[in-house]
Amino acid sequence: MKTLVEALLRGERRALARLLTIVENEREGMDEALAALFPHTGKAWVIGVTGAPGTGKSTLMNALTKAYRKAGKTVGIIAVDPTSPFSGGAILGDRIRMRDLAGDSGVFIRSMATRGSLGGLSRATRDAIRVLDAAGFDIVLVETVGAGQSEVDIVRTAQTTIVVEAPGLGDDVQAIKAGILEIADVLVVNKSDRPGADNTVRGLRAMLELGHPASRAQLIQHHGQLLGADPPASDPAIALWLPPVVRTISTEETGIDELMAAIESHRDYLNGNGVQDALEQQRIEIELHDRLQDALLSRLLQVLPGDALAGVIRRVQMREMTPQQAVRAILALHDERLLK
Amino acid sequence: MTANPVIRVLIAKPGLDGHDRGAKVIARALRDAGMEVIYTGLRQTPEMIAEAALQEDADVVGLSILSGAHMTLVPRIRQVMNDSGLADVPLLVGGIVPGEDIARLEALGIAGVFGPGTSTDAIVTHIRGLMQAKGE
Repeated sequence: MKTLVEALLRGERRALARLLTIVENEREGMDEALAALFPHTGKAWVIGVTGAPGTGKSTLMNALTKAYRKAGKTVGIIAVDPTSPFSGGAILGDRIRMRDLAGDSGVFIRSMATRGSLGGLSRATRDAIRVLDAAGFDIVLVETVGAGQSEVDIVRTAQTTIVVEAPGLGDDVQAIKAGILEIADVLVVNKSDRPGADNTVRGLRAMLELGHPASRAQLIQHHGQLLGADPPASDPAIALWLPPVVRTISTEETGIDELMAAIESHRDYLNGNGVQDALEQQRIEIELHDRLQDALLSRLLQVLPGDALAGVIRRVQMREMTPQQAVRAILALHDERLLK
Repeated sequence: MTANPVIRVLIAKPGLDGHDRGAKVIARALRDAGMEVIYTGLRQTPEMIAEAALQEDADVVGLSILSGAHMTLVPRIRQVMNDSGLADVPLLVGGIVPGEDIARLEALGIAGVFGPGTSTDAIVTHIRGLMQAKGE
C-alpha cells in the first residue's frame, strides 16, 4: 500500500487508477492509503456539475476542462452514472462526450457507478475526490447522475456547485420548487442557441432574486436536524452571493470563459469572507454523521442475535407492533446484550 | 466491508466503422449481468483505448470491430496496452472475424474472439471465467 501511495504522489497514473479502485471497492488497505494521502489533500478546488439528464453536463465538463487546460490547470474528473437497481450493473457513458480530453496527461477521467446510493453520487465519491486531490490536480470536476429535484449530495461534497439547465425543460414553477436551484452556486443555461433560452434565463434570474441569499452560508439540514456549526450569518457581507446565470453552448465552447469567471468569483467570495471555513466545518460534520451512522448500524447488527431482526420484522408484518416500537425493541435488545 | 468486487469492462469501438449496435447490445447484456460497463463510443484510437482502460482500471477490455481491420487494430491495441503496463488486462474481440484470423489473434494473446450469433450469456460466462482465473 505504501508503494502505491508513493507512486501516486510521484504522479504515476496506474497507481492513481489502482487507488481509486481500492477506495471504490473498500478493499483492504483503504484506511491506510487514505490516511497516507489525507495530509496531501485540501489543495484542489472541487467543482460539482449537476442537472437533469440531457441538459449537457458531460459536454459542458468537456468544454470546461479544455478551458482550464488552456489556463494551465490540471483537471481530475469523476463522472457518476446510475447503477441498475435490478442487476447491480451499470453503463458508464460519460467518456463518450469527453473524447477531446484523450491524450492529455493533465487530465484524468474516472467513471463511477452509484452502487445503490441515492443522492446523485456514490458512497466512495468523497474519498475518490481525495485521491485525485492528493495526486495534485488543481481542479476536481464531479459530475452527478442526471439529477431530479432532490440530489443534493453534491453540495455537501463540492466547493462550487454548478446546476445545468437547458431551454424547454419546464416552466418557472419548476424553478421555485425546493432543491436543485437552491443548491446552485452558479447556474448554467446550456444549449442556449435553442428557442426559449431567453425565457429560461429570465425565469431563473427572477426566481433567484426572490430567494434569500442569506441562507447560502448554511448547508442543507441533515437528517432533519440543523447542523451545529455556526453559520457566519452575522457578517452581512456573506449574504451577498447571488448565483449568476451563465449562458453556454458547450458543443461550440461558447460562454465557457464566462463560466470560468463565475466559478472564480464564487471562489473569491468564499475565500474572502471566511465562508469557506464555515462550510468546510459543516461538510466535515455531515461526513462524520454519515460515517458514524454506518459504523453504529453495523456495530449494532453485529451485537444483535442473528434471528432478532427477523422476529421483529415478522411482528411488524403481523401488525403486532409499529415500526417505531420495533426500533425501540431492537435498541433494548442491543442494550441488554451489551450489559451482559 | 468488501462486497463482491464488481467487474469493470471497457467496451470500445476502434477504427472507422460506425456500426455500434453490437457494442451497445453487449454493453447492455454485461450491465444486466451485474457488471459495470464503461462505454467509450466510436472511432477510438489504440492510444485512447489504452488510456481509458488505465484510467478506469478496467478488468477486461472488449473491442467491437466490424470493419475487417482487426488484424491491424487488435495487435496494435494489445501492444499499446502492454506498453502502458496493462499486459495483465485481457482483451476480447467481437465482430466479423474470419476463422483463420481467430487463431492468429488467439496466438497474439487475445483472450477471446466472438463472432456473429454468439449468445450474450456465453460472453458473460467467458468474462467471469477470466476473472476467476485472475483470482479477482
